[in-house]
This record gives sequence, C-alpha cells and structure tokens, in this order.
Amino acid sequence: MDLVLKNVSHRYGDLAVLQDVDLHVPEGKIVCLVGPSGCGKSTLLRLMGGLEQPVSGEITQVGDAPAGCLNPLTYVFQDFALLPWRTVEGNISLVLEDHSLGERAAEEIISDVLARTKLSEFRKALPKQLSGGMKQRVAIARALAVNPAVLLLDEPLSALDSQTRELLMDDLVNLWSRQSVTGVYVTHNLQEAVRLGHVIAVLSRRPGRIRQLVELDSPLSERRADDPELQRQQRALWDAMREEAEAADMELADV
Amino acid sequence: MSERKQVRFRGGGFQPVSIKWVGPLVFVVLIALIEIGTRSGVITALTLPKPSDVFATFVELWSTGALWQHLLPSLTRLLVGSALGAVSGIAIGIAIGLFSHVRAGLVPLVAALFPVPKIALLPLFVIWFGIDEGSKYALIALGTFTPTVVATYGAVDNVDRSLIRMGQSFDLTWRSIVWKIVLPGAMPGILSGLRISLAIGIILLVAAEMLGAEYGIGAYILQAGSLYDLERLFAGVVILSVLGVAVSAGIGALERRVLRWRV
Repeated sequence: MDLVLKNVSHRYGDLAVLQDVDLHVPEGKIVCLVGPSGCGKSTLLRLMGGLEQPVSGEITQVGDAPAGCLNPLTYVFQDFALLPWRTVEGNISLVLEDHSLGERAAEEIISDVLARTKLSEFRKALPKQLSGGMKQRVAIARALAVNPAVLLLDEPLSALDSQTRELLMDDLVNLWSRQSVTGVYVTHNLQEAVRLGHVIAVLSRRPGRIRQLVELDSPLSERRADDPELQRQQRALWDAMREEAEAADMELADV
Repeated sequence: MSERKQVRFRGGGFQPVSIKWVGPLVFVVLIALIEIGTRSGVITALTLPKPSDVFATFVELWSTGALWQHLLPSLTRLLVGSALGAVSGIAIGIAIGLFSHVRAGLVPLVAALFPVPKIALLPLFVIWFGIDEGSKYALIALGTFTPTVVATYGAVDNVDRSLIRMGQSFDLTWRSIVWKIVLPGAMPGILSGLRISLAIGIILLVAAEMLGAEYGIGAYILQAGSLYDLERLFAGVVILSVLGVAVSAGIGALERRVLRWRV
C-alpha cells in the first residue's frame, strides 16, 4: 500500500505549520522526514495516520493493505505509550482484543512478535521494570502485532541514549530486511536518517515544506555507520539544513 | 602549597524514610503519661478518665456483647452509605471527565453541593427517607459522593493523553479506551479520593447516630456524654479511631494490590 499526500497544509490558529506538502510513500520503502525543530514533521506524521486533520489538501491510501492487517496505519511513539498497568504481553494483546481473533490466534501473534523483537523472556514483565530500549522494543512489537501496511515512527529512538539507539537501529534494520516494510520515519537525527531511509525528505523551517528529496540506493543491511558514502550524504544533508536550523533556533516562540 | 579542604556534604534530607516503631511509641508514652497523671491526681477525674478504666470499660463492652450491638449497626450504615456514595460518585465523576456536556452541567452543581454541611440536611432526609436507616444511608452517601466526584473527574482529567491517542491510533473502540486506558489510569486518583470520602463518611455516621439512633457508636458516645461518663465516652472515641485506622489500612492494602504497576 502506498501513502500519497497532495497539497497538504496545516495551521494551528494563525500559525501556519505546514504548507503545500506533496509526498509519496511507496510500498516497501522507508521515507525519513528530517528538518529543524518545530518544522512540523511530527505534525505531518500525525496527519498521515489520521490523528489530526489537515486544514487543506488530501492524504490517500493507494492499494490494498496486506492480508491479515488489523490496523493499516500504525504508530510507534517517541514516549513509547505503553500502559504501565499491563505486562509486556498485556500491552500487545491490548491492540488485538477488539478484533475477536480467538485466544489461540492472538497467542500465536504475541509469541511471534515477541520472538521477532527478542522479548520472549520478558512477556510477564511490567513496563517499569524495563529499560528505555526494551520499552521501545515492546512498542515496536505491539506495532508489528497488527501487521501494519505503513509504519509511522515518530522519533522512536530520540528518548534513548546513543548506545541503545545504535543497538535498536541494528534491530530495526534486521527486522526490515527480513520482511519488507513501508514506513515513515520522523527524526531530527541525520545519522538515523541515512542509516534507515530509502528516501530522505528534508523539510524547511516553519511553515514546513519539502525542500529536498534525497534517494539512497544501497540496501539497509549493507549500510555501516562508518561508511564514507553515508557520511558524505549526512554531511551534505546537514549543509543543506544548517542555515534553516540556525534560523529556527533563533526564532521567538509565539505562544 | 595550596590549602586542602575536604568537600563538605550538602545533599541528603527531604526524603521521608519509614521508621516503624516511633508511631506506636508516641501512643504508648502519651497513654502512660495520662495514666500517671490521673493516678497521681495531677489530672483530675473531671478532665480525663484513667486509660486503664477506659480499657476496663472496653473489656466490659466486649464481654457483655454490647460492643457488637453498637458496632454492627454502625458498620452497616457506613458500608451501605459510603458504597452508595462512592459508586455513584465514581460513575458521575467518570461521566464528567468524559463528556463535556455533563461537565458543563454538573460541575457547578457539585461545587454548590460540596460546601453544604451535610449534617444540616439531616432533618430534610428524615422527611424524605424516614427516621430509620434510610436517612442515615442518604446522609453518608451524599457526604461521600461529592468528594468522590471531584477526585474522580480530576483523576480522569489527569490520565496521560498520549496513552489515549495511542489507543485511538490502534483503532480501539471507545469502550476499550474507557475501560482499559482511562479507568485504570484514573485509579490512583480515585483511590486517594476514596480515602478522604470514607473519613468524611465516618464523621457523618457519628453525626447521624447522635441525632436519632438507639444503637451505634455515635448513640453510645452521646449517651455517655450526657451522663458525663468519661470512661464510656473515651471507649467510644477509641473505637472510632480504630475504625478510621482500619479503613485507611484497608484502602492502603487495596492500593498496593491494584496499583502494583506504579513506579
């Protein structure tokens, strides 16, 4: 399934946040949205999944969701959004319970996603017992459980320390190279963008528009953090963004 | 050579630690002082009764069965009244938390009801619900209702919105969001509200029993007071204190069970 945005604009009151955004998220590709802070990239992601409504423009799903898909547009949030009163398996079963799958089928899905995210030993643990990286793994497992057509990841690694981030990036690459995934990945971290994105969309500062689209051809599994080509790309992206980021940083907040 | 100075420790403190033996010790010392004072005559018999006499009265209450004669009706009233008040309070509080129209309509009403001394309404309740148990249930129910409503809708307001958005993003039904996200998320606030409500319930229980009951802790205390029988009066007061501590411990146990997930 593809996700297509046409002329999407959004504003909060008088404040224009996004202006005429056109974007195509093709099936099987990860599109990274990068941009200076406050450029509306997270807003754009919320619009894509229907958590907010754009003031104008349209967002369409093109094609069918995969078989067995319970929730075509599925988020992974920066703050994990796990229910603290439910165990790891309880948090995953939460998103299955409304679909009357039957106990056996639900149990199979839970075991499968826990195995894929290396969480099988922790199924009875409560979120408070888990580290940040583990919590985000649970959130990823929960997202995988509904077999989404498009994964919408909102700075999923930003709340983690750099070592955990590195480990989780490897895990994401592993997951995605075993089963092709369509995704939109919002981040302010260019290193994540060049490691995980097939297409990188650079947004301007507020009101956000797409300034540049960069396509990276190498397969995710072959990208290394110290690959000179990736570092060159990252450098080029930063050069393109630097002025905008500086200007955005100097802006006075009007709230 | 430059001067050496050890770095002075400035942190620490402001962190309550639990010291178990101090609480009981304060009770024991206080009671012992009163006992010594009353025995030696420093405290006259008109001021305070001897703690040992109060204890003897309590033993007598126990052995004659009069304790249960008074305690059972009181406990029933407290249980029925506060259950009515708490259940309806939680229901209305959740409705206020979830629906803006209910909030707009009921919050002013609850605010108007809250500061009314409920005991002032007892004569009215006697007309409405009869002189028997009905009026007492109603008084306790109304007294526990208002604080429960306020605590509950406050707790619902404080439920992490990002968890609710998460629920919506997975297309959970409205019912699921309320039952599995809003209600458990509001539980800590609801339980701490219940703690206050039940304390108010005990106060109103005694007040209601003083204004027209044959049996009950309140009636017992009132009788003792009008005869200036300090031993019995204090025995009654001690029973109320124990009741309060027991209710609070009960809610504490419930909190530990229900809120195990809390950090």
